[in-house]
Amino acid sequence: MSAGIDETDEVRVDDAVEPAGRGHSRRRWRAVALVLAPLVLFALLLATGLGRDPRELPSELIGRPAPTFSLPRLDAGGTIDLGDLHGQVVVVNFWASWCVPCREEHDALAAAWGRYRDRGVVVLGVSFEDTREAALGFRDELKGDWPLADDPGSRTAIAYGVFGVPETFVIAPDGTIAAKTTGAVTYEWLTDEIEGALRSGNVE
Amino acid sequence: MSGRTRSFVVIAAAIVVVALAALMASAGSGQPRTFDERVHEIGAGLRCPVCLNLSVADSPSPLAGEMRTEIETQLRAGRTPEQIRAFFVDRYGAWILLSPPRHGWNLLPWAVPIVGLVAGVAVWVGFVRRRAPRTAGEVTGTEHRRIEHELADLEERG
Repeated sequence: MSAGIDETDEVRVDDAVEPAGRGHSRRRWRAVALVLAPLVLFALLLATGLGRDPRELPSELIGRPAPTFSLPRLDAGGTIDLGDLHGQVVVVNFWASWCVPCREEHDALAAAWGRYRDRGVVVLGVSFEDTREAALGFRDELKGDWPLADDPGSRTAIAYGVFGVPETFVIAPDGTIAAKTTGAVTYEWLTDEIEGALRSGNVE
Repeated sequence: MSGRTRSFVVIAAAIVVVALAALMASAGSGQPRTFDERVHEIGAGLRCPVCLNLSVADSPSPLAGEMRTEIETQLRAGRTPEQIRAFFVDRYGAWILLSPPRHGWNLLPWAVPIVGLVAGVAVWVGFVRRRAPRTAGEVTGTEHRRIEHELADLEERG
């Protein structure tokens, strides 16, 4: 441990202040360790912590009852009420006309809606931080005929803990949230989760 | 205990007292009075979901504005700040809280600075104590010569 620090073993004739060399160097090593240990720990903490995506979070709502809502429809008159859809699988998709990944996922949503609508599955687009005109312009441009709803004051988005768009929730027939995904949803994810939710409905 | 050691211990104790006083002052900063202040206080403790490291109170984003409205609505309905925070935690998880709730492993970030301060002072005091007897002991030959030399220097200048 004290190899190579032999110069401290030199005899210092008139320096009674310095203790014996060996004890001194051991103490110095201890001081170095005392300083380095917290630094190394801190570096490890940063290395693991900074590598994480702060937005990659499991939803708090999985397995819990879906927050209810009654929202004005955008593409037609009237309102759409989640309570009326009990017993059905509901895909709630938060989107906005200004959101680029929402364009990417449009085809996947259209395909899932086309494939499952006859089995009682409802796809519902909920507009997020958008104007009515822009939202309807998006629908005119990309087509599609699943219901769209407005969300005044973002109350439903807040109730669902939405961080940004797009986010997609699958609600099981028993009214609980079966799955959630952040970012552009894929057709594979939608079919997997919708099939799973339909099976859970058949078991009951 | 030599005079020098004693003064070090006094300084160390003073630092600990000041740090604890500051900690207590920041913890119990009284109830905000107006309604807006109460809304602001709750919002300041919540992280804006669509921003990076901005509180709901400080963020100019529309969603944060709507969350402030939600806080106002719930406060008017007579819900307590704790209930309102719980409402957001239920939906967004503990992620939404800007400071971690004080229980379990979350106590670590609260405890580490205090433990570190106490440990640091302890190490420092130990260090000073170990060194102190050497300076407090007999004056060595070199030191004696140096003192005389410097005293003579002083007298020359004076």
